[in-house]
This record gives sequence, C-alpha cells and structure tokens, in this order.
Amino acid sequence: MTSEAADSAEAIGAVAPAADPGFLQRHGGTIEYVLIPGAALAGALVVFGIFVMLFGKNPLDLYFYMYYGAFGTWFSWQNTLTRAAPLILTALCTALPAQLGMVIIGGEGALLIGALSATSAALLLQGMPPFVVQSAMVIAGVIGGGLWIMLAGALRQYRGVNETISSLLLVYIALAILNHLVEGMMRDPASLNKPSTREIGAANMIGSIPGTDVHWGLVFGLIAAVAAYILIYHTVFGFAARVAGGNIRAAKIVGLGVSKLILTICFLAGGAAGLAGMVEVAAVQGRTNANLAAGYGFTGILVAFLARQNPLAIIPVAILLGGISASGGLLQRRLGLPDASVLVLQGIIFVFVLASDALYGRIGFLKGKS
Amino acid sequence: MADGSIGLWTVPLAVLGGAIRVSTPFLFVSLGECITERSGRINLGLEGTLVMGAMSAYGISYLTGSPWLGVLAAGITGALLGALHAGICSLPRVNDVAVGIALMLFGTGLAFYLGKPLIEPTAPRLPAIDFGWWSDIPQLRAALRVNVLFLIGVLLAPILYWAFRTTRWGLLIRTAGESSDAARAMGHSVLLIRLRATMVGGFLAGIGGSFLSLFYPGSWNEGLSSGQGITAVALVIFARWDPLLCLWASLAFGGAAALGPALQSVGVTSGYHLFNAAPYILTLAIMIITCSPKRTLTGAPAELSITR
Repeated sequence: MTSEAADSAEAIGAVAPAADPGFLQRHGGTIEYVLIPGAALAGALVVFGIFVMLFGKNPLDLYFYMYYGAFGTWFSWQNTLTRAAPLILTALCTALPAQLGMVIIGGEGALLIGALSATSAALLLQGMPPFVVQSAMVIAGVIGGGLWIMLAGALRQYRGVNETISSLLLVYIALAILNHLVEGMMRDPASLNKPSTREIGAANMIGSIPGTDVHWGLVFGLIAAVAAYILIYHTVFGFAARVAGGNIRAAKIVGLGVSKLILTICFLAGGAAGLAGMVEVAAVQGRTNANLAAGYGFTGILVAFLARQNPLAIIPVAILLGGISASGGLLQRRLGLPDASVLVLQGIIFVFVLASDALYGRIGFLKGKS
Repeated sequence: MADGSIGLWTVPLAVLGGAIRVSTPFLFVSLGECITERSGRINLGLEGTLVMGAMSAYGISYLTGSPWLGVLAAGITGALLGALHAGICSLPRVNDVAVGIALMLFGTGLAFYLGKPLIEPTAPRLPAIDFGWWSDIPQLRAALRVNVLFLIGVLLAPILYWAFRTTRWGLLIRTAGESSDAARAMGHSVLLIRLRATMVGGFLAGIGGSFLSLFYPGSWNEGLSSGQGITAVALVIFARWDPLLCLWASLAFGGAAALGPALQSVGVTSGYHLFNAAPYILTLAIMIITCSPKRTLTGAPAELSITR
C-alpha cells in the first residue's frame, strides 16, 4: 500500500509463474532487481511515516500528499519531470565510474563547473544565432564538467588518491570558484542582493517541449541515459570497462588500457553532470549564481545507487526521486513539514537501499529447487 | 592599544588563533575516524555526524541551559549514528563507503529537519579560558582565548597514541584492522570490535560538532559545516592513521581555514572565497603528494577498503 513499486513487483511475481513455471528461476535475477529496491523503498516510506507521526502528523495524509504532489496532476507530473532531468544526468556521474568499481560522489561539483563553462560560452558568443550559442553551451558544459571529474579519475590512476574523497573535495573547490567568479570577474553589476553573472539572453534559452512546461533538458537526460546504456552493455569499450571493474588484474593481463578507460569514463561521467549544469542555466536560471548548488548532484548519488548503477534504470528512479522532491512544497504547505523533510526521506531511502544489498540471492522462492 | 597598530601582524596572529579555534572540530573528527579506520572500517558519514552533533548540542544546551550537557548529547548522538553505520555494515555484502555516503546525507537532512526551530534562539555557549592575560595586544589575547574542548582534544591525541600501542583495547582494534582472521582466531568478534570502534569514533565526531555550534562560530544554522567532516576523514589518511600526526595536521588545517577571514580583516577581500577553500585545496594537494599508485600507504590498516 505504501509503495507502488513493491506492489507492481509482487504483481509480476504473482502472475508470471502460472503462465510459465520456469519463469521465476530464469528471471529470478531481474525480478530481484525490482523487488528488493521496491521493498527497500516501501520500508523507507513506512519508517518516514512513523517519523512524521512522532511530530503529530498523519502518515496517511503524508502518503497522499506525496503522491498528489509528485504524480497526482498534470502540473505535478511536469514539476516532477523537470526535476528528474538533472537527476538523470548527475546520477550518470556516479553510475558510469561505478562500472569500473570507482565511487565518484562529486557530481555536484561537475554540475557547477559545467554551468559556469556553459554560461561563459554563452556570454562570449552574444549576438550569434541561438542554435550556435546553445550548441557551444552544451559543448562547454560537457567539457567543463568532464575535465573536472577526469581530474579525480587521473588522481586515482596516476597518484593513487582515493576518488571518493577527492571528488567530494572538488565539490567544495568548485563552489568556491563559482562564488569567486560570480562575485568578482563575471558579476553582473545589476545583481545586487544575489550576486550573479549576466543573463545568457532569452533567445538562447532552450525552452520547453511543445505542449508542456517541461524543458528540453529531460530529452537531453533521456538521450544521455540510453547512450550510456548502449555504451556500457553493447560496445566493446563498455565490455572492457566492465572487465576492468570486475578484475583489474585480468584487464591488465588481457592488455586493456586501464588508464584510458578510467579517464574516458570519468570524462563522460563528469560531462553528464556538466550537461545538467548547462541545462539548469539554459532552461531554468538563465544565469549562473549560487542557486545552482541545489543538491541535484547529491541526490544523483542516491538515484544511481537505487538504480543499482544501471543507466536505463536511472530513468524511472530519477522520476521517482524527482517526484519526492516535487512533493516537498506541498508537504510544507499542507502538513507544515520543514523543507528538509525531503532530505530526511532521501537519507532513509539510501540507508534502506544499501541495507537491502544483503538480500540478493537469499530470497527463497526465487532460487528454485536445488 | 589602537587597532591596526600591529598592521600586517594581524594576519599571522589570526591564523594562529584560527589554528587553535578552527582546528578543534578537525581534531575530534580525525581522532574519531582514526579509531574507526584502525579497526578496519571507514566511516565517511562523519560529515553527517558532525552536523547532527552541532544541532543536538545546540538544542540540548538551549533546553537545559547547560552547554556541557549539550556536548554530552552531541557525543551520544554521534555514537548512535556510529552504531547505525556499524550495524548496516555488519550485514553481508554491504559496502562501508556507500553506507557512509548515505549517512552523510541522512545526518545532514535530519539535522536540518530537527534544527529548524533552533535557528532563532540563542543557546548558552561553552566558556573559554583566557591564556593571553599577560599580553596587551588585543589580537593576541583574542587568539589565545582557548576552549576547554581544544585542550581535551590535544590531550586525547597522545593518549590515543599510547593506547593503540600498549593497551589491550588498542591491540584488539589494530588486530581487527590488520587481519580479521587473526582477531577471529583469537576468539574475538570482529564485528563487535568494529561496532565499538565506530561508536567511539562517532562519539568524538559528535563532540567536534558541538564545538561548532557552542563555541566557534557558536550558533546553529544550515551552513555551519561545509565539508569539515570529510576533510577530517581525508586528513586521517595523510596523517598515516597516527593520532599525533592527526593533531599536527588538524592545527595546519585550522590555520589554513582561518586564512580567508584573517585576510579579509586586513582588507584583502578579492580572493575571499578562494581562500576559504584553502583547507580543501590543501587536503587535495597533500593527498596528491603523499599518495602513490605503486604501494599502499605505510601505516594503512590492511583491512581498510579505501586504500586497497
């Protein structure tokens, strides 16, 4: 009742065996990947319900407003999808290096650097046709974010510096660079209270998908996720990456260029997060300022783990978590919950998802008779 | 004595004061993390623990009127978060790095949620001891107003150094960190040792957080900690898991973190944000210099997943 994901997963489990008795055995692995995260999500929602109950709120109201604020109306759907777009891209920043066994948590930093690069490109090319400016922004955003995470990858490969810590330190350094430029060199003198760069211009904004208020960033995200999936699971390069992630010594013995793999994957990962920054500038903010550090990079880490680092699974998970953050406003207005309640729920989900890792391969009815 | 009569000497003095004042949270988190990592597990969630500690210390100090009860509450909160980390990590096939990231987000979120009503009120703060009474330079006196927690931290470092070497507990923790098989063969539960080590680590990190909200900067808001917890975790790595080196590294970091405000006070404002990032840049630079892809770091506990 608390989670549709768990319900639908159970529905698959209930219907399928009647049609084909061998189904559970053959697809046990796939079912696990839906069932276990679904159950973790349901558990997290129950715990969060108890948590808000301690503050005198009705958990049923909570679930209703969460559903309503996320997926209840066309308006909330559009809000959800708008928030899902950057989440897909920042989740790729964690999911791609994960194929190599690397834990990168610096998507927020790549997003900020991508936004800064894209804004600089747009400001340099003022007066050019919008298509040229927008293409330059995409390229600049991808390169900026890509180099940022590639730095963490290079430090890991050539200096043995732990990539988890270095990528997180780079977030704080990126934020400092952004604040420095926005309050100094790149500041629009007209921005008094909130230091910002000059606007990139209305003509250069990427706008909405026709018939909706959802911006084109969602399409960028979908394309990037599908491309990442094809790259990882259907190309030789992706296969090599997964071999290196599984056993680095074996990869070296068969002659894979591990350095090249690490640098390329990290560049693509950072490029995705940098693209998220470009999207936030070109579709939402219109300029660069501290508003961009809205935590999309950190929520992206959760999305990647919940999707078990699978680029395609990232899409529905990003929509789900986009929905949770979209419902935050409604929870604040109707239930009087603080805006941080979304963060608490995300934290609880993350803890449950990781704890549920212990369950894989241990669910009796999926293992069959042995 | 007039302000500014000591001119540019203000900067090194402020850095000295900063080294003493700002280093305390670094010191507590790194000593706590040192204990946890020596037992063979890494807890990246101490950033969340630090923020939760700051919030609970401020809340308890406000409600009871006693900042020391606040410090205790922060420690207990930290120990509970440590127990949560250790509990999840003791499940099979659960990655301790990922659990740390989760608890970092969870701790921060929970602290923001519970701390909403605490942004307005003023809680009683921890007292300071005036070591600068002999001087009549106000900047020096300000630099030498030292908090008791700092002194406790400074004492704790050599005590831990000694305890790791000579006590039964220190030996058990190091055994669990170097070879879980050996610890098991001796008849000890590795999970239990790590649970205790993570809880003690969380306790210390929570106290580090209480220093943030109860002494310096001395208030509760959502921007209170920006990466001090994770910097302290990195600091343990290049302090080579040695509590005494943790002390020196924390002092260096405190000094680096005080550089931005110190330069601002003498009118150098242009690179303010960049100077504020000095601790992170310093951490990264030291990690680049001291790490090497060819060998594992000397002193690294063999069971630690992050050094490989």
